Amino acid sequence: MSRMDRMEALQVLKRHITNEIVVGTYSTGFDWASITERPLNYFAVGAMGLGSSHGLGLALARPERKIVVLDGDGGLLMNLGTLVTIGKVAPKNLVHFVFKNNTYEANGGHPIPNTGVDFETIARGAGIPNVATCKTVADFEKNIANWLTIDGPTFVCMEIEQGWLGRRDYSNMYSASRRQALKEALAAGA
Amino acid sequence: MDDAGPKPAAPPPALHGEKILAAVRAAKIDYVLSVPDLHTSLGLLKPIAGADDLKLIRVCKEDETLGIAAGLQYGDKRSLILIQYTGFMYASNAIRAVAVEHKQPMVMMIGLLGKEPGVAPQQSKRYGVRILEPLLDVMGIRRILIETDADVPLIAPAIEEAYATSRPVAILIGGKPA
Repeated sequence: MSRMDRMEALQVLKRHITNEIVVGTYSTGFDWASITERPLNYFAVGAMGLGSSHGLGLALARPERKIVVLDGDGGLLMNLGTLVTIGKVAPKNLVHFVFKNNTYEANGGHPIPNTGVDFETIARGAGIPNVATCKTVADFEKNIANWLTIDGPTFVCMEIEQGWLGRRDYSNMYSASRRQALKEALAAGA
Repeated sequence: MDDAGPKPAAPPPALHGEKILAAVRAAKIDYVLSVPDLHTSLGLLKPIAGADDLKLIRVCKEDETLGIAAGLQYGDKRSLILIQYTGFMYASNAIRAVAVEHKQPMVMMIGLLGKEPGVAPQQSKRYGVRILEPLLDVMGIRRILIETDADVPLIAPAIEEAYATSRPVAILIGGKPA
């Protein structure tokens, strides 16, 4: 069975996103920005692995709003302790998707140290109450509404194909204007 | 002739954790993000853990604090990062990116474990303590040094300035808070 195409999955997610803050990282964040530009996009680049930590801070500061983190497997491996922290703090409004393509895609497509790593089991062991692994777009379609609405924290491992390995221009993703747009949107209650 | 023998050395001037925490509260800090540090364990982290008005988030590694602090800041919540100098060095890439390059008002309170009382950090016999201030300087991070209670009034204005200018600040805890 082939793995999911990340862009197909993100197109499904886009149809379900309204006023959530979406925290994107690296390749997944880049693809997300390419299909939906919105002030409530927040990009965590520059220090790989911290996407879910940014998301946790947002979740604590804005408990009335869902925070959706689009993480990568390489990034999560650089900050595995984040799952323990999230499991303890347990924000109900945090949904953490990890797109697992078994590579450091943003760094040349080299494999992660152990492609057999079971993130769902690790997340469960870290104390995150809602955990799942998603293998098909159809499965994603079936469950996404629930994952976005149930009390979290929620962790979903998305098994995807490796994406494009070409050079991406991240310079726009964490620009001052984007940060300002996000602050203004939050202040306006968007 | 005085036959009382050598007089004991005068104790180092005191630094009280409660005074530091009063300054932190005065600067409207909501959250404390921390990895434990023996230097500040009893004087700061323990009372913070028991406080009702400061929300403590215990993290696994120091770089987590930078991401959490950034997210909190977007929601208009202030936070204090309480770590040891070794943790600063561990998290230096996150500090470089999230705090310095992204111009975020990160407030880092950094314990100088092992620094000799009354000795300037750059004169310490401990290599890690000795290089911290030069590292901060080369990263362009403003710093203040808290050795005794007399230095505590520097804390709240430094935090306010960090938020007013959207820049990081390092509050070095040189004395050991009691």
